[in-house]
Amino acid sequence: MKKGEVLKYDVLVVGAGPAGSTAARFASKNGARTLVIEKRQEIGSPVRCGEATTLSWLEEVEIEDHDRWCVTTVKGARIFFPGAKMLELVGKFDTTGVGIVIERDILDKDLAKLAIGEGAEYMLKTSAVSLIKEDGKVCGVMARSMGKEIEIRADIVIGADGFESQVGRWGGIYKSLPPEDIISCFQYRMAGLDIDLDFTYLYLGEFAPGGFVWVFPKKDNQANVGLGIKLSLIEENKTPKDYLDEFIASKEEFKKGMAIDMVAGGVEVGPPPSNVTADGLMLVGDASRVVNPITGGGVANGVRQGKIAGEVAAQCVREGRFDHDYLKEHYEARWRDLLENEIWRNYMIKEKLNSISGKAFAKLMETLSKVDLKESNLAVLLEAIQKENPEIMEELQSMF
Amino acid sequence: MNKPRINEDVCMRCGACVGTCPANAMFLKEFTLEVNDDCTTCGLCFRACPVGAIKLEGGP
Ligand SMILES: Cc1cc2nc3c(=O)[nH]c(=O)nc-3n(C[C@H](O)[C@H](O)[C@H](O)COP(=O)(O)OP(=O)(O)OC[C@H]3O[C@@H](n4cnc5c(N)ncnc54)[C@H](O)[C@@H]3O)c2cc1C
Ligand code: SF4
Ligand code: SF4
Repeated sequence: MKKGEVLKYDVLVVGAGPAGSTAARFASKNGARTLVIEKRQEIGSPVRCGEATTLSWLEEVEIEDHDRWCVTTVKGARIFFPGAKMLELVGKFDTTGVGIVIERDILDKDLAKLAIGEGAEYMLKTSAVSLIKEDGKVCGVMARSMGKEIEIRADIVIGADGFESQVGRWGGIYKSLPPEDIISCFQYRMAGLDIDLDFTYLYLGEFAPGGFVWVFPKKDNQANVGLGIKLSLIEENKTPKDYLDEFIASKEEFKKGMAIDMVAGGVEVGPPPSNVTADGLMLVGDASRVVNPITGGGVANGVRQGKIAGEVAAQCVREGRFDHDYLKEHYEARWRDLLENEIWRNYMIKEKLNSISGKAFAKLMETLSKVDLKESNLAVLLEAIQKENPEIMEELQSMF
Repeated sequence: MNKPRINEDVCMRCGACVGTCPANAMFLKEFTLEVNDDCTTCGLCFRACPVGAIKLEGGP
């Protein structure tokens, strides 16, 4: 690559995370000449993820082989409420399917391999530093690649640059995120843990204000132990890492473990965005804010949306249409059909739970403490709440 | 408050501050984090950092 050289593609994807590689895969598969640029020197590493997801979305995005990156299938979840009351949910504990824990660095590389198999090209250590716009249309990016400034032109650019996304802001799609929708996260991958690795563990309340502590098990006595805290609720002079260290110090079963990796990052948990496209530009994955607002999980939604983005990008190239109206009609309409209702619903539930008054929450906990949770399932639990605190049940029901 | 100062020994280059910055004044390079002159010294990046790698000179 000589200085001053201009590259030209049909589709340019910025960011080789799960959403970007999936978009590239389906753009290539549908005939578009596609390039992916990735800032880092290794796809998928360092990991910025708790690595919990489900198996339910793989078929939709045509992924057959998950043996290499699916390391644990859990039996259920143990949820701890303030005051150490525990709720054990076994089996299909959520509506999205069976929970699995994955190796993100392997998944991300596998998704890149699938894209390369369809003909996509990749350039590593290559950062987009600005957008090229002509008559208001995005026509490519200026990039720094292995220390050189290069120009990459494309009919359509897909911004898949994650939470830190700048492509969307450079493109004028949005300005900034409301701080109340941002969760700051810190996690250790720990080894030498002595816990039942068939379960995921969630601790609500005191340890992680406005968020939760998660424990996602991996093979050989390992687990990802992390937490997320709402920006506005972080105490002065304390960091999310401090909160996690306090949590670990307070629990005998975690004190024994040793960290073998540290992960930090931000997650956005707001309502679905009103627009993720502009002339010649589409956003996908975390860059387009499609994380599940309750769990903070974004891999599944990013990949599902990525497939649509790739297919539509190829369609744009075939039809020679890159304008905002066309993207709204084809990309926005399709991904919203698939994901928007669910994101809205989860956002509303999260807001509702946050708004239940302290007093009502304390009463709810008191009720829960009377139920033999080890023996119970969600139905028994809801029945108990209905009996003792009908007003809370009413609040909970109004969320659906 | 002044522009944020990044302690490179602590920074994990996670991008939490970059995504949070309302002025889009931060840029993550592979081994460093840059803050440009668009910074309005609002202090949000300091709040967002999971590990306390950001100091606001003259501020907290
Ligand atoms: C601590 C933590 C725990 C999480 N836990 C879970 C979990 O358990 N389950 C789950 O489903 N989700 C989880 N998430 C969310 C999940 O990690 C994201 O939703 C997911 O990574 C989004 O994928 P993506 O492809 O959109 O972006 P990313 O995976 O963030 O990929 C973006 C890529 O773009 C690159 N990039 C950025 N800027 C540029 C540029 N200018 N030029 C070139 N390349 C660029 C980056 O280097 C990166 O590789 C967690 C997030 C965090 C921070
Ligand atoms: S102080 Fe505010 S404007 Fe300046 S870099 Fe931090 S978040 Fe951005
Ligand atoms: S949030 Fe903190 S650790 Fe993450 S990139 Fe910014 S300064 Fe570094």
